Formats: sequence, C-alpha cells, structure tokens
Amino acid sequence: MPGQRVDPAAPEVDLGRPWRLHPQVALRDEPFGALAYHYGNRRLIFLRSPDLVRLVRSLERFDSADAALAAVSPPQRAAYRAALARLAASGMLDAG
Amino acid sequence: MPARAPGSALRDELARGLDAPICLTWELTYACNLACIHCLSSSGRRDPAELSTAEAMALVDELASMQVFYVNVGGGEPLLRPDFFELLEYAVSHQVGVKFSTNGTRLDRAKAARLAAMDYVDVQVSLDGATAEVNDAVRGQGSYRAARRAMEHLADAGFEGFKLSVVVTRHNVSQLDQLEALAGQYGAQLRLTRLRPSGRGAASWAELHPSRSQQHDLYRWLRDRPWVLTGDSFFHLSALGEPLEGLNLCGAGRVVCLVDPVGDVYACPFVIHEQFRAGNVRGPGGFTGVWRSSALFRSLREPTSGGACTSCGSYDACRGGCMAAKFFTGLPLDGPDPECVHGHGEAGLSDRDRPAPAADHSVRVPVRLSARA
Repeated sequence: MPGQRVDPAAPEVDLGRPWRLHPQVALRDEPFGALAYHYGNRRLIFLRSPDLVRLVRSLERFDSADAALAAVSPPQRAAYRAALARLAASGMLDAG
Repeated sequence: MPARAPGSALRDELARGLDAPICLTWELTYACNLACIHCLSSSGRRDPAELSTAEAMALVDELASMQVFYVNVGGGEPLLRPDFFELLEYAVSHQVGVKFSTNGTRLDRAKAARLAAMDYVDVQVSLDGATAEVNDAVRGQGSYRAARRAMEHLADAGFEGFKLSVVVTRHNVSQLDQLEALAGQYGAQLRLTRLRPSGRGAASWAELHPSRSQQHDLYRWLRDRPWVLTGDSFFHLSALGEPLEGLNLCGAGRVVCLVDPVGDVYACPFVIHEQFRAGNVRGPGGFTGVWRSSALFRSLREPTSGGACTSCGSYDACRGGCMAAKFFTGLPLDGPDPECVHGHGEAGLSDRDRPAPAADHSVRVPVRLSARA
C-alpha cells in the first residue's frame, strides 16, 4: 500500500551523531526524487526531491548528519534537516 | 516538503505513471477451494494455461530488475499452488517482498512455522465477519472456523503483525470494533478493503455494498484510526472531508497493476475484463514491455477529465472514485463513483447495461436434470 504517512512534526532526533540509510532500506530513483522502502517495517516513503536523495545517500560519508547538511544551501537547510529527522524517526535511517 | 505524505503535485506526477509499478498484485492461480460470492477474480478452477514455475520465476527476475519492492500475491488460493513456497523463497531472495492473501484453509501448523521463519513475507488472512454467521454467508460454510484456526497457527508460530483482511460489507460494517479486537487477540493488524462489483462481486454487489450512511460511519471510523490498513481502498470517502491515509489516487496502470494466473496484465485487480487488459507477460517485451509501452496503460496515464464531476467541490479529494466500480456498474468512467458519498452516482445505476466480468473460473454447479414426466 503506497504512501504511508510520516509524522509531519519534526521529531527530536540527534543529528549531531552519524546516521546512514538503514541497511534494510532500498532507494528507487524517480523523477520526483526516490521511493524508499524499508523491508523490515514495510514502510514506503516518497523522498520528494533529488537533492534530498543525494543528501541521504551521502550520510555514510560524514561523521554526523549535521556535517552532511553543511553541503545544503542555507535557505533549504532547515527543511532538509526536518526531513532527515523524520526519516530517522520512522526507522529509514540507522544511527551509524 | 520532502519525505512527507504525497501532496497534490506528487499525486499529479504519479498519475502520469512511473517506469515501474510501486507494487502490483499477482494472482498466482485461479484455483480455489472456496467460492466467495464477491470474489474479484471469479476463482474456482485452475486454468491449464497458468504460468509455470519457470515463467513465474522469470517474472520475479523482471520485477527485481525494475526494483518493484513487493508484490501482493493472491488468487484463487495461493497455497493451492504446489510450488507456492518455492516461488515465495525465490521472490524474497531477489528482494521482491511478498504480501500474500489466503483464506487460511491450508495454513496448517507446519506452514505457519515456515512462514514465520521467513523475512519479507506478510500474510493476510481473509475474514469478512466477526461472527461465523456474517462471514460464512459471504465466504461459505466453515470458512470462519478455518480462518480463525489459521490465525491461531500464525500466532502460535510467533508470526507477529500478520494481517486480518476484511472486505467491508453492509453486514460486517457494524462489526468493525469486534474485528479490530479479534485482530488484536492474535497480535495481528486489521486491514479493511472496499467491496468492488468485480468478478462474482458483480452479481452480489447491490446487496452487499455498504449503504450511504454506513459509508459515512466508516469514514469517521477510519479517520479516527490511521493505523488501520486500507491499501488505499477508500479514497472515494475522502470527499467527506479530511483525506484518509494514502495516495488518494486511482493507481490503475499508473503505479499499480494486476498480473493474473495466465500472465495477462490488467490495469488493476478489480478490472479483469478485456477492455482493461494491457498485454501478457509471455509476450516478446515481457512484463516490462507491457508496463511501459501498452496502449492501454499509456492512455490511463493521460490527463483525465472530471466529466460530470468537474463542477463538484469534492472532485479534488476523490477524483471521481474507482474506475472499476464505475465500469462494472455500467457508469461512465468520467463520472461519479457508484458509491459517491454525495449520492451523485446512485441515480444512474438502475437502468444501465452492465459489462459481464471476463475470465470466469467459477466452479460450475452441476445442473440437476429433472426427470421427464
């Protein structure tokens, strides 16, 4: 069933620590961004921007999610920070 | 905002279709040991032309290369296929997760244990009433007891979070609380889906589908319980106010489709009819060719007109409802759903010619010949 909803409020997640895509999550690139599917909890989530997909894929190269966010243009940073927090809270990201 | 529930811009993009389905329904066999009066696929007898094990595996290979994350496997009764577990293991080992629906009759202790030991497999046990009386009137005598036994086996085997899957009817809509409690009793999750006038449901829909006031109750019940799964089934109810969970979009031929047991590809599980058959996986381009190039699917991805619904203030919420429900009740595809919550669909229902469902595999009832006088 496509499109399970992620809690829209940005949850409290420590982005000062390392995060990476959960090993049970697969990304499928799409024109709008990507589909992310978690084989463990069966969540399907729409990543609605190619930049967010790039950011998520880049996480494993950084010591913290905040360090990865430094590459995002400042006006967009808050939105992407909230998006990462929601992904982490829904189990799509794994504390590295 | 990224990573949120889809808004209307994304919904428009999905309506134009993706290069691969998000998920698809795959009916493995037309064979079934039950004869539910609302069966979408008119199942009963196995079709001699059903996909072989090798052909089914080739389809899994294609789905894996298209990165289809999971398939909804149904039938017929999937457990009646002798190679069921072989196909299941093949699919999950190729990162194609399986959610399969079963009537539970063949789900014994050993099979429950085998399923519980597998990753990436979800089980949906079908039950259409909280009591034997309500369920068996639709699914046949003894089917309630069989489904309860299967759920017991799954729970005993430690299969957590399997689904209790219910088609909402006029007769069970008052039992939703009981059904939720029943699911909880087994550590299962409740899943509700919409009754469609498809397959044998074409003949039973008029007397089984929930009344308009029951639909309003159902909407409120679902809105208060976002954790109840619906497979995006009830998006026509979103016309009542705040949208329900999910895409709220007809995904037929755009983000979902059906592969039937003989490999025919239809726009969705509810339109097994020639008019909605896009091709066959045995064709030269395989499933991929059908999905990406069939004339039918390309046309379903064209912008649609709201037709008679355009002037309705709810059109953006429900998008005119379910194509299959309209088709099999003889309503125009660009007009209101037969269960339109504002009642716009009902007027056209009585005097329409209704298309006959195709691919009827119902068990033929032997005709009793009366002795001639």
